Amino acid sequence: MNSASSTFISRFLQSRIVWPLAGLALLLLFNLIFDRAFFEVTTRDGNFYGPMLTVMRLSVVVMLLAMGMTLVIATGGVDLSVGSVMAIVGTLVAFLAVKHHLGFPSLLGVAISVSLSIGAFNGVLISCVGIQPIVVTLIMMVLGRGVALNITGGSPLQVMDSGVLFLGKSFIMGVPVQIFLVLFVFAITVMLCRKTAIGLFVEAVGDNETASRLSGVNARGIKVLVYIFSAVCAALAALVSIGDAGSVDPDGLGQMLELDAITAVVVGGTVLTGGRFTLLGSLIGALLIQTLATTLIRQGMDSAYAPVPKALVILVVCLLQSQKFRAQIASLIGNFRKPTS
Amino acid sequence: MKQIFTRKNLPILATTFVLVLLFGTFSVLFDNFLSLRVVTDLFASNAHVGVVAIGMTFVILSGGIDLSVGSVVGFTTIFVATLVGKHEMHPALAILLALLVGSAFGAGMGIFIQVYQLPPFLVTLAGMFFARGMAFVVSKQSLEINHRFYSAVIDAGIPLTDKVILRAPACIFVAVFVVALVLAHFSRFGRNVYAVGGNAASSLLMGVPVGRTRIWIYTLSGFCAALGGVVFTFRTQAGNATNAFGLELDAIAAVVIGGTLLSGGVGYVAGTLMGVLIYGTILTGIRFYGNLDSSWQRMAIGALLLVFIVIQRLLTRAPAREHSH
Amino acid sequence: MSGISKAFRGVQALKGVDFTVRAGEIHALMGENGAGKSTLIKVLTGVHPRDCGEVLLAGQSVSPQAPREAEELGISTVYQEINLIPELSVAENIMLGRQPRRFGFIDWKELHARARRALQRLEIDLNLHLSVSSCSLALQQMVAIARALDVNAKLLILDEPTSSLDEHEVAELFKVMRRLREQGLGLVFVTHFMDQVYAVSDRITVLRNGELVGEFKTAELPKLQLVGKMLGRELSAVEKVGDTMTLSADENTTRDPFLAAKQLGRKGGVEPLDLEIRKGEVVGLAGLLGSGRTETARLLFGADRRTSGSITLDGRAAALSSPAKAIGAGIAFCSEDRKSEGIVPSLSVRENIILAMQAGRGILRLLPRRKQEELAAHYINALRIKTPSPETPIQNLSGGNQQKVLLARWLCLQPKLIILDEPTRGIDVGAKAEIEKLVDSLRREGMAILFISSELEEVVRASQRVLVLRDRKKVGELSGEQINEDRIMEMIASHE
Repeated sequence: MNSASSTFISRFLQSRIVWPLAGLALLLLFNLIFDRAFFEVTTRDGNFYGPMLTVMRLSVVVMLLAMGMTLVIATGGVDLSVGSVMAIVGTLVAFLAVKHHLGFPSLLGVAISVSLSIGAFNGVLISCVGIQPIVVTLIMMVLGRGVALNITGGSPLQVMDSGVLFLGKSFIMGVPVQIFLVLFVFAITVMLCRKTAIGLFVEAVGDNETASRLSGVNARGIKVLVYIFSAVCAALAALVSIGDAGSVDPDGLGQMLELDAITAVVVGGTVLTGGRFTLLGSLIGALLIQTLATTLIRQGMDSAYAPVPKALVILVVCLLQSQKFRAQIASLIGNFRKPTS
Repeated sequence: MKQIFTRKNLPILATTFVLVLLFGTFSVLFDNFLSLRVVTDLFASNAHVGVVAIGMTFVILSGGIDLSVGSVVGFTTIFVATLVGKHEMHPALAILLALLVGSAFGAGMGIFIQVYQLPPFLVTLAGMFFARGMAFVVSKQSLEINHRFYSAVIDAGIPLTDKVILRAPACIFVAVFVVALVLAHFSRFGRNVYAVGGNAASSLLMGVPVGRTRIWIYTLSGFCAALGGVVFTFRTQAGNATNAFGLELDAIAAVVIGGTLLSGGVGYVAGTLMGVLIYGTILTGIRFYGNLDSSWQRMAIGALLLVFIVIQRLLTRAPAREHSH
Repeated sequence: MSGISKAFRGVQALKGVDFTVRAGEIHALMGENGAGKSTLIKVLTGVHPRDCGEVLLAGQSVSPQAPREAEELGISTVYQEINLIPELSVAENIMLGRQPRRFGFIDWKELHARARRALQRLEIDLNLHLSVSSCSLALQQMVAIARALDVNAKLLILDEPTSSLDEHEVAELFKVMRRLREQGLGLVFVTHFMDQVYAVSDRITVLRNGELVGEFKTAELPKLQLVGKMLGRELSAVEKVGDTMTLSADENTTRDPFLAAKQLGRKGGVEPLDLEIRKGEVVGLAGLLGSGRTETARLLFGADRRTSGSITLDGRAAALSSPAKAIGAGIAFCSEDRKSEGIVPSLSVRENIILAMQAGRGILRLLPRRKQEELAAHYINALRIKTPSPETPIQNLSGGNQQKVLLARWLCLQPKLIILDEPTRGIDVGAKAEIEKLVDSLRREGMAILFISSELEEVVRASQRVLVLRDRKKVGELSGEQINEDRIMEMIASHE
């Protein structure tokens, strides 16, 4: 083969999305052998339905959150507040639509500006006041949930706005709208990261903040930016989520989703300590976790047990990144080989 | 005793002040608030949070975090209920077994964290998912616990006056608190926890058994979480896999309000007690007020946390400045 | 105890070094960066296992495997970065890990009594309940020493104990050290402060490049000779600088300085000093480790805030309050700490090269990928950076090549002044020569250069003017024909 394609292959093998991709492929292969029905696609009213599409639909919210979370984690931080941001934005949007009959554009405007200010608040406390990211966003998580509950007094609301419902329930060319939304946000994010210097600066700050600052990089600004972006992603996730459900439960909306998003990012190959990141990996990570759950459920596992495989995936990924574990495995293989040679 | 008002003690002094202020305000606002009854109820109804938070205090003092405790509480409630209800085991034995399982679970996470040098955040996150899933594996349905032992425990208590009794959960909470206090301040283990959290590298050079201490800390937290679950069943007389969802965050919040720094090495078990009581007082106050919902509690806790953290940050920043000049 | 003796035969960082400390003496261990002082100590205290050689303690062969074992044998160490738990009390820090217990519980009364006794041995009166973080560094040092003594130490190693103490505190420390000597302890005093060695030590062992230069009685070794031994140049052997000065002194003075600093200083960092750098001139900063060279550079670059003085660039006052502003004003700074302040380890060579340039352009105007690759290719070629590809993570490169990448990062900005702090540290001879050549050609192109190095030879060869620093003070300035190693060494060694 020519050298161009061989370098492409070797570069691919070295990239960090190989592992999650291999995991996903393995799951699909398993389904191909034991559960052909997994790949079935049926059409109803010109819209596509089927287990694969359901998996994608179910992972959309986590995918949206994971994109923001990826950039946050790449700077060496973490954002625990995204679930509560979802709750605030979702509740506020539903509330304004019902009580004040705001149209979709103004609802979108509210969602973006509310999330923008929460993100900015997080970012400033972290980068300018110097409080640990986990603490700041934990506070925001508790505070935000309280605010969300306070908007309606805790009671659930119907979602009336047609624009929001369109995001959650409709189809374009037979494919759910939310899948297009994820692809759109993904494309925008990749453009932002790779066609501007944001990606480079995020990785530089996460990898070596001191060196970046001494090279003139505005590390504080970058950090504020990623928390804002993460909150905006959460706002979009909220719109999709309430549109899909058709109602808002301020107590349940986004609950614990921050942890699912972190899991997706870590499984996708971005390390918690920061530096190099992969947005595609995070999407695959979210998809992998959902596919695993769906596959096991189709194999007869109770859906309530779903957290267990998730736990095992996290642990395996952690161990694969641990120097000591790798060394142990390597020596184990070495011992295994010795007697034969 | 000039040393009480030092910079190090400021957070816990602030916490005490807030607790007194809150309690005082509610006492003025509501009749009947300032009574022994309210105080004992405060202990009894927050006993499970309190026990879990005390275990969490050691973890945070060592510079770590344990996200799994809420799930372990949930798991324990359903585990005990199933053993007693379905397998007709004596509750005392079931409780003992649950405590063992919880401790072993904590120890397992500690070993992963220490041996493979994994981030506590991720390992205990996995632990959280795992324990919650296993709780559902044990039983998806809520299960009541009907046993003479339970009725006996619930009726038991230490009478403080003719009318006011310190109920069993409250007694356990107080007992755990006292033991933790002694452990933290009068045992080498306790001092090692502070040392590891203060500076792990120095501790190693000073001869502190860092690895062993760390594993014990997570074991202790697992034990406290299981005990919290047991206390939970005393209150509800039932087990449910969905119990104590998100309790880990309440526990962390109580520890932080209690003046313990999340960066490790600084804090007091007594502070955590006060953190839990502040938590409970706000809840009780809201209940007395009548037409306020629980959202106010969350907002109040969130706002308090914010104020405390910013104060702590300013306090810890100041000495660094002195040194550099 | 007849005397403590030790002998080593290491391989790499230490090449068969012998080292002997007698009971009741203060023994100074000296050497420049990378001489092997800290390795020697770490081998002695069981932090690193030794490859070969033997340690004899009071005539018996010992081989501690961990700091704790060394302590039990009677070898205690107080490290430069004082190893204490900042938030615990003085008493606890002294007793941590060996708290006296009664019925399994810590006996606080006994603990405080023992801690007090340990401090009394140093004749220090200190509130035992104070948390260590609220003590001054000098007191923390004393606490660490008290801790070391509580384990019945026979040998006490003090690693750079004076580097963050003021004069008065140093005097106090010396008093304690002499007291311990009288009590029959052997003390190892690792330092780079010449005057202090002469003030307190009985013997001096000098290391250089992992090899033993020799052991000397302090009273019999003149200061100038000590400097020579540390730097590896006998006074008599110093050759006259062969390289011709391309710029005469007159040519220099006619030009206006690009950068002029007046009374530039920082409390606790450097004492106020004046400094001028002209275009097309290399100014060397000479002095031993810890003399304030790096501190001065960081002030010029805005990495630390200055507490006194003013800076003018091209005759105009400049604030230079942050690295970003300094870069904007045309100043570049290549840090001595390549690993933590230079490279961004997992990013590629290309990304490391363009980082500063991109930072200057801001977020939105991304340097086109083609242009990035051109720049990377240009500098890889021009500086002969050995890398498999521009896309290789910089952490995979050798030290010398990492250094060249960092130089490229700054050179592509075409700065007016570049500060090179130890640009040749830890890199091989070939790369050193290349970097020196590069410095010269940059000067010819009209760049102003501030050159910092521990190797006097290098400073002499590269500079048209040399500022000599000692103990965070400027002690002199040499220019043109005056520059030679002898003069610099004399200035470093001289008294006030």
